[in-house]
Amino acid sequence: MSSHIRRCKTIPLYARLVRYGFRKHATYVWAALAGAFTNSVFGVLRAYILIALWQTRPGLAGYDVTDAVTYCFVTQAFIGPMQLFGGGLGIPERIRSGDIALDLIRPASLQLSSLAEDLGRAAYLFLVRGFPPMLLGAAMFGIVVPTDPGRWAAFLAGFAIAVVVSFGWRYLVALSVCWLVDDRGVAVLSLVLTTFFSGLMVPLHIFPGWLGDLAAALPWAAMVQLPTDLYLGKAPVLETLAFQAFWAVVLLALGALGTRAIRHKVVIQGG
Amino acid sequence: MVRTYFLLAWTWTRAAAAYPASFWLMTVFGVIIAALDVAVILVVFANTTSLAGFSRDEVLFLYGAASVSFTVCDMFVSNLDRVSQHIKAGTLDTFLIRPVSAWLQLATDRFNGTRVGRVLQAGAVLGYALAVLDLDWRRAWMIPVMVVTGMVIFTALWTLAGALQFALTDAPEVSSSFTYGSQQLSQYPFSIYGRDLVGGVTYVVPLAFINWQPGLYVLGRDDPFGTPEFMRFMGPAAALVLALLAALAWRQGIRHYRSTGS
Amino acid sequence: MIELERVGRSFKVKRNVVHAVHDLSFTVSAGEFVGYLGPNGAGKSTTIKMLCGILTPTSGRVRVAGLDPSRRRTTLARRIGVVFGQRTTLWWDLPLADSFELIRLLYKVERAAFRSRLDELTETLDLGSFMRTPVRQLSLGQRMRGDLAAALLHAPDVLVLDEPTIGLDVVSKAGIRDFLRRLNAEQGTTVLLTTHDLGDIERLCRRVMLIDHGRLAFDGTLEELMATAPDEATIEEVVTRLYTGSPAQ
Repeated sequence: MSSHIRRCKTIPLYARLVRYGFRKHATYVWAALAGAFTNSVFGVLRAYILIALWQTRPGLAGYDVTDAVTYCFVTQAFIGPMQLFGGGLGIPERIRSGDIALDLIRPASLQLSSLAEDLGRAAYLFLVRGFPPMLLGAAMFGIVVPTDPGRWAAFLAGFAIAVVVSFGWRYLVALSVCWLVDDRGVAVLSLVLTTFFSGLMVPLHIFPGWLGDLAAALPWAAMVQLPTDLYLGKAPVLETLAFQAFWAVVLLALGALGTRAIRHKVVIQGG
Repeated sequence: MVRTYFLLAWTWTRAAAAYPASFWLMTVFGVIIAALDVAVILVVFANTTSLAGFSRDEVLFLYGAASVSFTVCDMFVSNLDRVSQHIKAGTLDTFLIRPVSAWLQLATDRFNGTRVGRVLQAGAVLGYALAVLDLDWRRAWMIPVMVVTGMVIFTALWTLAGALQFALTDAPEVSSSFTYGSQQLSQYPFSIYGRDLVGGVTYVVPLAFINWQPGLYVLGRDDPFGTPEFMRFMGPAAALVLALLAALAWRQGIRHYRSTGS
Repeated sequence: MIELERVGRSFKVKRNVVHAVHDLSFTVSAGEFVGYLGPNGAGKSTTIKMLCGILTPTSGRVRVAGLDPSRRRTTLARRIGVVFGQRTTLWWDLPLADSFELIRLLYKVERAAFRSRLDELTETLDLGSFMRTPVRQLSLGQRMRGDLAAALLHAPDVLVLDEPTIGLDVVSKAGIRDFLRRLNAEQGTTVLLTTHDLGDIERLCRRVMLIDHGRLAFDGTLEELMATAPDEATIEEVVTRLYTGSPAQ
C-alpha cells in the first residue's frame, strides 16, 4: 500500500522534471539553432571526407556512398542530444559552489532527477539540433530515409538508450569533480574517448584490426555507431539493443555507487 | 604592442605555472586532442592509399602546414571568441576602461601556455611530412610563407568571429563554424570538396590560401580545379585584404557595443 | 574636471525608446568629492559608463579631464580610475599581486613609481595579508580594497566609484570611507561616487547630485539637500521625499 502511494508521487515528479529540462532548454533557442548551424557545417565537411574515401573503396564496411553520407549527418545530429563534446549537466558547477549539498538532502535521487532533466534536454535538442543537419545532408547529397516503420522503431529505441548511455557516462565524469582539484583533465579525456570511440569522427567499422574490435566493445559504440547502424538497417536489432542496454545499466549502476560516495563525502565529511 | 602582448601573456603563464602538475597535464592532453585529427587521417589511409588523388604523406603535409598556423593562432588569439561570454557576464566593460586596445586585452586574457603542446604536435607532423616527401627544395621557400599567411588568415578569422559575437551575442557557436570549421576544411586536400565550395573558399573567404594553393606549389602539383599558376602566390595579398576587413569589422563591433550598451 | 552639457542617452528596448539619461548637465571641479544619488534605474550607471567612454551618449557633450571619453577612451583611461562595486575589474583567477602587475603593464607605469605607489596603497588599504591570494578567494571587503588599489595605481586625477560600499560590513565600510576621504584631502583626487548608502554621502560628500528618471533633480551641498525638506529629520527621510515626492512612511 505505502509503496503504491510512493509510486504515484514519484512518477509525476520525474515526468515533471523531464518537462522542466525540455522547457529550460527551449528558452535558449538561439544557442540551439547556432549549435545546429555549426553541426550542419561540420557535417558537410566530414561528408566530403567520407565521400572521397568511399569513392576509392566502394562498399567499405558494408556501406555504399549514400550510407556513408547518411552516417555522417545522422551522427552530427546526435551531438546536441547526447552532448558528445561533454557537459550538459549542471553538477560540476554545483559541486564547486557547494550547492550540491542542497541537492543531496532532497528526498528525490540526484541521479534520477538529473537523468529526467537530461532526457528533457535531449528531447528538445533532438528536435532543434537533430533535424537541421539531416535536412542539409538530404538537400546537398541525398541521404537514406528508412520507409520501414520497424526500422524507425528500432532506431528510436536505440537512440533513446544511447541518450541514457551518454547520460550515464557524463554523470560519472561530472561526479569526478568532487575528488579532483582540476577537473579539466577528465573533461578532455572524456572528450577524446567520446568523439573517437563513439564513431563520431569516422565509422568504427573502418578502424584497423584490434582497434576496431576494441572500439566496438566499449560503451561509446553504444552512443553513436550502434543507433546509426540501426537507422541504416545494418545491425541486428535485438542484439544491438541488448548491448546498448547492458552499457546503460552498467554506467547507471556505477553512477548510483558514485552518488552514494558523494553523499557520504558531502554529508558526513562536510565537503 | 607586441611587447605589451608578450608581457601580458607571460604574466598569465607564470600564474598558471604555479600549479605545475595541472600545467603539464593540460599540455599533454592538448597534444592528445590535436592528435585525434591525425588519427582520423591515419584511419582513413588504413583503408586506402590515396584520397582524391593525394597520398597519405601529402595529406599530412597539408594538415601539418595548416595546423602549425592554426595552433599558433589558437594559442595567441583564440580568446577573441569569448566576446559573447564577456558581454553576458558584463566583464567587457572592464576591458574598455583600460588604456590598451580591447582586442589586445581579449586576445591575451587567460593566455594559455599549455596550448604550446598542440603547436609542437603540428610541427612534428609537418616535419615528418617534409622528411618523407621527395620535394623540390627550390620550392621550399614557400613553406614559411604559407605558414605565416595561414597565421594572418586564422587571426583575421578569429577577429571576425569575435566581431560577429557583438551582433550574435546569444549564439556564439556560429562563430566557431568560421574558425574551427576553417581548420577542419584545411586539413584535407581541397580536391575532396565540391567545386562550388572550393570556389567560395577561394574567391569569397580566402581559405584556399592557408595551405591548399601554396601547398600545390610546394608539392609541384597542378590544381585539379584548374586555377592558373599565379594563384599559388596570391596568399599574402588575400590574407592582407581579409585582415583589413577583420579590423574594420572589429571596430564596428566595439562601436556597436558602446552605442547599444548591452 | 568633469563636464556634462545637455547629455542624453536613449536605448531601444523592443521598438520603444527609453531615455536612460535626459538633458543632463553638471560640472565637477578638480578636487571635489561629489555624491551621485538616485533610485534604481535612474540613470546613474549609464552616466558613469558615459564618463569612462564605455557608452557613447546619443546627444550632448561630455568632457572628462578635458577629453571626450567616447573618442579618446584609451587616452582618458590613463587619467581616470574606475571601480564597479558590483563587479571586480581584477583578474578572477590571478593573485592580487599579479593583477597589479598586469595593471602596471597595461598602464605603462614606471617600475619605481609603481613600487612606491603600491607600497603606499598596501599600507593604507592593508593589503599585505592577501597579496598572494587569488581574487576569487577574497572576501568582499578585501576584494573592494584590492579594486580600489587597482584603480589608483596609475595615480589618476579622477576617481569614479559605482557603489563601492555595496554589501560591505560596517568595519569594511568605515575603512573604505576613511581611505577615500584621505585620498581626496591629501592628494586632491577628484571623486565621483554613486551609492545607495546615505551614510557614504553624509560622511564623505560635500556636494550631492540626485538623479531621477534620467534628469537631475537636485544639485547642491549636503546642507542645502537637508533644507529642501525642513520638516524631515534624517537624510533618509529627505531623500525618500525627493524620490517619491511624498514624506517617508
